[in-house]
Amino acid sequence: MLAIAKREFKSLFTTMTAPIFCAVMIAVTGIYFIAYNIGTGYQKFSYVLLSSLFIMMIIVPLLTMRSFSEERRQKTDQLLLTAPVSLGDIVLGKFFAMCAVFAIPVLIFCACPLIVRSFGEAKLAGDYATLLVFFVIGCFYISVGAFISSLTESQVIAAVCSIGAMLLIYLWSGLVNMLPSTASGTALVLLLVLTLLSLLLYASTKNWLLAGGIWLLGALALLAVWLVNSELLAGRLSEWLGGFAVTTIMSNFGEYDLFDLQGLIKLLLATGLMLFLTAQSLQKRRWS
Amino acid sequence: MIEVKNLVKDYGSHLAVKDLSFTVEDGQIYGFLGPNGAGKTTTMNIICGYIGATSGEVLINGKNVAEEPLEAKKLIGYLPEQPPLYQEMTPREYLSFAAEIKGLARGEAAAEVERAMEVTGVSDMADRLIRNLSKGYKQRVGLAQAIIGLPPIIILDEPTVGLDPKQIAEIRELIKALGKKHTVILSSHILSEVSAVCDKVMIISRGRLVACDTPQTLEQMMQGSGEIDLSVRGGKKAVEAALKKLRNCEMRFKKSAGEERAELTLSAGDSRDIREEVFFALAEAKLPILAMSPSRASLEEVFLDLTAGGASESSIETGLEEEEGE
Repeated sequence: MLAIAKREFKSLFTTMTAPIFCAVMIAVTGIYFIAYNIGTGYQKFSYVLLSSLFIMMIIVPLLTMRSFSEERRQKTDQLLLTAPVSLGDIVLGKFFAMCAVFAIPVLIFCACPLIVRSFGEAKLAGDYATLLVFFVIGCFYISVGAFISSLTESQVIAAVCSIGAMLLIYLWSGLVNMLPSTASGTALVLLLVLTLLSLLLYASTKNWLLAGGIWLLGALALLAVWLVNSELLAGRLSEWLGGFAVTTIMSNFGEYDLFDLQGLIKLLLATGLMLFLTAQSLQKRRWS
Repeated sequence: MIEVKNLVKDYGSHLAVKDLSFTVEDGQIYGFLGPNGAGKTTTMNIICGYIGATSGEVLINGKNVAEEPLEAKKLIGYLPEQPPLYQEMTPREYLSFAAEIKGLARGEAAAEVERAMEVTGVSDMADRLIRNLSKGYKQRVGLAQAIIGLPPIIILDEPTVGLDPKQIAEIRELIKALGKKHTVILSSHILSEVSAVCDKVMIISRGRLVACDTPQTLEQMMQGSGEIDLSVRGGKKAVEAALKKLRNCEMRFKKSAGEERAELTLSAGDSRDIREEVFFALAEAKLPILAMSPSRASLEEVFLDLTAGGASESSIETGLEEEEGE
């Protein structure tokens, strides 16, 4: 795993991907830092990070788009997959290499709260906690980009799809609020999701008994809840899905000075899930 | 030793490998021969664990590639059809990386990289970017990658493609040298290469093994019994008259020959060597012989014959079974 991570890290630098990534990251954050902290004398560096979070969705795909798609196109995956290394090692090696590149600007940002302190008072604890979650969110974005890259052979498609996915993640909390909050609306959406899942299940297993059975069970359960207490459903959708909003977790840290441990764990689990899916997508390709 | 048992690979739309079974003995060079799309590359990819088989199994020294991939892959060095090279690395960096992922100890890795570069002749290019190397050198770097760490089994998919004749000769020598200590499987569509280098030839066609034997035996199998090809100056009738005197002989004239020149294939019914008789018979009739050669089927003909029709397939398969029975 270490060998793969080292190679990937080096290759990200020789192909100029990593230097450009770091430069843009530092430049954008630097502009906000000068505007907020130096210019107007604001104490919290975490505000800068909240503002520069958006740039990740544009430049993280730059970092991740090549990771698996290019290996496949150049057939270098044949070297990795026929060498005595496990699939998990390949995925983790690449993931850690990209995280290491992302860690470079984050480490540089670590100096910013100290710069603020040299002028007066600073909120060091809050700033460093926000930096931590900023890094974790970056790693989550990287895992999403890596997964999308593993699905295709073209880095352009990987980049475009990653930007789309990350835009969705970025706007998630806003989108969730647009969901219906009445009990009947929620029930309808749930039924729709259930139907889609059942169809997907049917498409992949070709077993209509299983898909139909699951649809029927789910629909009955929904009906039971509706009959017992329909108010249980009201507003649930945005409550459940809102929990996955990355920006909410970020502002818990940066804006409200909350150490959102639950949010942090959610992010780590989501990253793990993405990496697992990446390994599965590589595995699937070998068996089809 | 590699044991391939009832291998099937179904791509959904077509069956690439159909129930393929064979055994590769240690310390020999095997040639994998077949027309395009016969399933050579698919089979090699499955043996190396790059893709999975639909059914059937591959055992490398008793280790199942699908079940114990790490142990099995340690035993194999693989050069795929397109060398898996990272364009932005130098050969030295690339080979060091290959040595590292193949689990070589740090100390021996550096020496091993130098040895592999020495053997394949890429030492001069060690510090240039692979992107800037010619196709021949890229192929050599790929080959160096396959032999690094001296794996007991080396699998090469069309190793001499893109090389100039001198390089081809060098690579062949290298493969022969490797064959003394390693088991080598190479695929090729160049028949002369296979007959020059390999101890055993496996011919596959449409995903099935149609023959597996030494190149000599395969050629013998197809050899016309006592047949000779003749080219004689003189009219067809004169030649026919002169050769009629020979005992128990059959003549087949080639249509394309002109008035001044007769070309024919002559076969003796009892497989005896008739070359001297032919010489004296034609000398007596004052018909000069321009060319005379024993009509020996080349591997190419065997290959074409085996991969073309269904009729000859069955006859060779009987030969196979006899060999297995030994």
